[in-house]
Amino acid sequence: MAETRSSVSLTIDGKTVHVPPGTLLIEAAKQAGIEVPSFCYYPGLSLQGACRMCLVSIEKMPKMQTACTTVVTNGMVVRTDTDEVKNARKAMLEFVLTNHPLDCPVCDKGGECELQDMVFRYGAAETRFLEPKLHEEERKFSSLVYYDRPRCILCYRCIRVCDEGMDVNAYGIGFRGVHSEIIPNRDGRLECEECGACIDICPVGALTSGTYRYKTRPWELTYTGTICNHCGDGCKTTLSVRNNQIIRANNRDHSGVNGEFLCVKGRFGWDFVHHDQRLASPLIRQNASQHPATWEQALEMTAERLQAILTERGPNAVAVIGSNRTTNEESYLLQRFARAVLGTNHIDHHRTADFSSLVRALTEAGAADRYATMEDIFRASSILLIGNDPTHQHPLVAYQIRQAVRQHSASLYVINSAAIKLALRQAKLFLKVPPRREVDVIRVLAGGGEAPDLAEGGSQAITALRDRLRQETDTVIIFGDEIRGGGVAELVRWGLSLPGRTRFVALGDYANSRGAADMGLLPATLPGYQPLADAAARSRYESAWGASIPAEPGKDLRSILSAIDAGSLKALLVFGSNPLKTFRLDQSVLSKLSFLMVAELFPTETAAMADVVLPAASFAEKSGTVTNTCGQVQALKKTMRRAGTRSDFEIICALARLMGANWRYRSAEDVLREIIAHVPGYAVPLPSLLVGRAVATQPRGLPPLLEDSNLVFSSRDSLFTSGTVSRYSWALNSVDEAKRPYGHIF
Amino acid sequence: MPDYQSYAQGSPLEVKVISKRFGLPNSASIDVFLAHEGYQALVKALKMTPEEVINEVKNSGLRGRGGAGFNTGMKWSFVPRQSPKPKYVVCNADESEPATCKDRPLMEYDPHQLIEGIIIAGYAIGSHQGYIYIRGEYRYLMEILDRAIAEAYQRGYLGKNILGSGFDFDLATHTGAGAYECGEETALLNSLEGLRGYPRVKPPFPAVVGLYGCPTVVNNVETLSNVPAILLMGAEAYAKLGTPKNGGTRLFCLSGHINRPGVYELPMGFPLRRMIEEVGGGLRGGKKLKAVIPGGSSCPVLSADQIDVPMDFDSLAKIGSMLGSGGVVVIDEDTCMVKLAWRIMKFYAHESCGWCIPCREGTAWLQALLARFHSGGGLPQDPDTALDASYNMLGKTLCPLGDAAALPMISILKKFHHEFEEHLKLGKCPFEKNGTGAF
Ligand SMILES: Cc1cc2nc3c(=O)[nH]c(=O)nc-3n(C[C@H](O)[C@H](O)[C@H](O)COP(=O)(O)O)c2cc1C
Ligand code: SF4
Ligand code: SF4
Ligand code: SF4
Ligand code: FES
Repeated sequence: MAETRSSVSLTIDGKTVHVPPGTLLIEAAKQAGIEVPSFCYYPGLSLQGACRMCLVSIEKMPKMQTACTTVVTNGMVVRTDTDEVKNARKAMLEFVLTNHPLDCPVCDKGGECELQDMVFRYGAAETRFLEPKLHEEERKFSSLVYYDRPRCILCYRCIRVCDEGMDVNAYGIGFRGVHSEIIPNRDGRLECEECGACIDICPVGALTSGTYRYKTRPWELTYTGTICNHCGDGCKTTLSVRNNQIIRANNRDHSGVNGEFLCVKGRFGWDFVHHDQRLASPLIRQNASQHPATWEQALEMTAERLQAILTERGPNAVAVIGSNRTTNEESYLLQRFARAVLGTNHIDHHRTADFSSLVRALTEAGAADRYATMEDIFRASSILLIGNDPTHQHPLVAYQIRQAVRQHSASLYVINSAAIKLALRQAKLFLKVPPRREVDVIRVLAGGGEAPDLAEGGSQAITALRDRLRQETDTVIIFGDEIRGGGVAELVRWGLSLPGRTRFVALGDYANSRGAADMGLLPATLPGYQPLADAAARSRYESAWGASIPAEPGKDLRSILSAIDAGSLKALLVFGSNPLKTFRLDQSVLSKLSFLMVAELFPTETAAMADVVLPAASFAEKSGTVTNTCGQVQALKKTMRRAGTRSDFEIICALARLMGANWRYRSAEDVLREIIAHVPGYAVPLPSLLVGRAVATQPRGLPPLLEDSNLVFSSRDSLFTSGTVSRYSWALNSVDEAKRPYGHIF
Repeated sequence: MPDYQSYAQGSPLEVKVISKRFGLPNSASIDVFLAHEGYQALVKALKMTPEEVINEVKNSGLRGRGGAGFNTGMKWSFVPRQSPKPKYVVCNADESEPATCKDRPLMEYDPHQLIEGIIIAGYAIGSHQGYIYIRGEYRYLMEILDRAIAEAYQRGYLGKNILGSGFDFDLATHTGAGAYECGEETALLNSLEGLRGYPRVKPPFPAVVGLYGCPTVVNNVETLSNVPAILLMGAEAYAKLGTPKNGGTRLFCLSGHINRPGVYELPMGFPLRRMIEEVGGGLRGGKKLKAVIPGGSSCPVLSADQIDVPMDFDSLAKIGSMLGSGGVVVIDEDTCMVKLAWRIMKFYAHESCGWCIPCREGTAWLQALLARFHSGGGLPQDPDTALDASYNMLGKTLCPLGDAAALPMISILKKFHHEFEEHLKLGKCPFEKNGTGAF
């Protein structure tokens, strides 16, 4: 076969294969459709040569070679189908089973165990091992991770995923020979990010999960691929459910933006869904206390009270606060409800990143295609991270950055006021600045000039950073809430002057923070970042909705709160948000309202003050779409039911109907079709979403400038917190690491 | 400190090339060394080009004394001299192969000879830093070496601009912590770097990617101790001491049921029969010979009828064994070969690093099987199972320790099969007078 410069050709079991130079034999075989069994080999992790399952015969080599460590060469003649190879596989399995307990009937992994599968396919029917097996008691490494030494086959995947994947390095090996075992980093216990990647990657039942162990057989579960509801990164996850109970989350097919990655929140922090304190029935305030009511009573009461206030005081006395976690469809409907049914633009949400300013700046620069996706971060050759601590706040972004650095030597530059882990471990250059001065550094980077007090190392350090970045191309710039308003505009202007296709990511806190902005949960911005002030944009939505939209911009969230305090705003609807806590409000403010409705999962501080509390469905109990911080839309799929609850979609539709609107949505999908048809930038292919893909969006629009920089602030959640919701997660509170201060480096 | 006589009573048949200073009063001191040709080879080498030094060593037929017997000059020539990375010489002084005790007198009685060899190796491959990695149990030798290194620095044989040549070389010692596996060159490099002593995947070989990822030559103590003599006497004269392709002499460690055990320097290719009968003075108590381990516990055992063999790498390979590390163990007729196999396997099971499946599990399995078998619990299928399990390890492990465990086992199972049968028939060990004879 002809060989081109960029390919090597070899034959495996008589089949000719062409692969790029440097390919490992085991991968070349895979391409030829030939399976070479392996335990220790794991794509993306370092090579071990430890399990010896992958031995194959190579012509002209005196003994068999491990396919996982052999780099292909031209003309190589390989056999994987000889008796010698088959016997070797059988032999390795016989060896590894000698001290294996074979407690498959009670092992969590039974039914999805690589060792079982391997023995089934390549093993011998019986063993010749007659000696007593070694035994060790099972050990608890943490509340979430347990280790069973007898089941461990010492493939070292756990060690490598923790070291090379997570950069946490919590595992090592103790003792020697047949007594070797995996040991955690702190006196028999783990002190780590508790991401559980080690459990997921373990081919056998040696590492088991504190939430899943001894609960079920895998074939009794139903599996639903959905999206994690915690941070803004949008990890795909498969929820394993039995009897309406989630038992496990892992990204089973390794698809989506995160591959097999999940952080502790994604892998374990879904358990809030089952918390005892989940609201199970609507509540109505009578006299001083809240009492259970039927859905009809609660909804009717809400509609009546709203109607009364509207009649008495007009739409300016009513405001709506939306959520960072509800679906795009719900956020879209909520602002439609506010604008077209209630007739008010007083709608906002807790903004955790200034997405609007990014869209505006890129649109103004004619560069609305310069949004970076999660994949782009991984592929980047150069990354500039300004503010934020992704290791805590955006675990997937941090993972993508680490892998970019580890797997293709990307250069990372960090500007931060704290010595965050990425700055210490991965950065080529770290510019430490005083708190809240990141934006000033951008000004100096962009405009030159001196600012000796701005960075450790003075102006020289800033100049050095500028020079380095000018030598890079295609830099991905990732920024946190430290950069907002005019700062974003400056960053974009300067960033676009760097060589190549600079792309941007704004980091927002929660699962649909991005979607909330995209869908127009904003007082002066319609869905798709269309300015409310733009009469043409307004009329497009008016004709789509068959209703008029008030032209006057609404109040932003802080103005809403002060209007309540001042007594001019009388009714407030809150969906999936806890402003009392987030905005550190005094209770007396909200008590000035004539009517407060809260749709919530839990009896939060804000819900406790409400006249009507509606128990909402969680992310696991509804379908729809969410948009991650990079602007990638993904489908949320209903996994289970929760008695007594309704989704925000159902709640908004019911209220709209009761308030006289003539909406005809049968499902969230109908809303999505409307979004696709009418929201600029959201013409996403529905089939792609339905098969679980992440679809990138590139919004274009000229939303108004940021009214007040205090509107944009991150909650600075740690690895183990997720706003109010994480209070209700046993798993997230059970680990000792959660007690560490914010920013702790594991 | 044990005196030289405890290693050997000496034999007139010895040809003393690298042990010629053993027994001199104060032989470890630099003054005694200098008075007996010390550092003359270095003076000579520094006047040659590095290529000339490598060729001289290549032509001498010097082969690695650590066990594998690879041509030393050839190994040095694999180092990419153009590489911008630093290069290292690492002396393997981990000497842990059972029945091997030859590096020890070389370091104890003539440390400067080794240091001189290391400096010459450094010059040849363009290295400026050497390390001597010494097994943890040899702590007292570390003191001797450290003293000798300090002397060499004082006299200008180590450090900057050695003997005005412009060549710089530094040397340091480092101690292991008691793992046989750390004698395997890549495990040694990991250990030297402060990592666990696990072997590395090869290729790449240390000559290209070694210590800290840099080109590195790893040589045994005895190998390096031969280098000064080669330069002084010339490659040809050195080669002629031995047999074709097996240049020079070798320190043989004679042990077991023999009248005069000890370390003897004999020419390569010296006949095994004469070594046992003339050098070692025959078997103790006039017993009959049953078997010989020719080169440390990792080698296939020879039966009594195989001892008419020249002791060099190629001749032993021809009869299916190995010269290995030069540890010759003489075994008499009263020895239980099943117990010998058990003892050897116990060693390997204890020393298996545990990294790869076949060696980790195979050695432990065989040890347990042999223990049971020897103490009377044997089953008819055991010998076949043991043979099969040994073959299942052979050639399939990451590092050669798995082979080292499998080879003696296979040879004993094949050559002394009848002893296994006797155990089965009697239901106990035919040799054991009292009890089961656990170790
Ligand atoms: C398990 C094992 C243990 C070894 N132990 C030693 C040792 O103690 N000393 C030694 O010189 N070589 C030892 N070797 C051989 C080394 O790997 C290596 O081949 C040798 O140091 C090379 O030096 P040479 O070419 O001078 O012999 C060992 C090899 C194996 C596989
Ligand atoms: S615990 Fe699991 S992943 Fe870790 S070495 Fe053992 S078998 Fe492999
Ligand atoms: S990184 Fe974010 S989206 Fe991914 S699992 Fe963690 S919390 Fe969920
Ligand atoms: S053969 Fe034995 S000593 Fe060598 S790597 Fe494998 S387990 Fe470790
Ligand atoms: S997969 Fe190749 S040695 Fe484990």
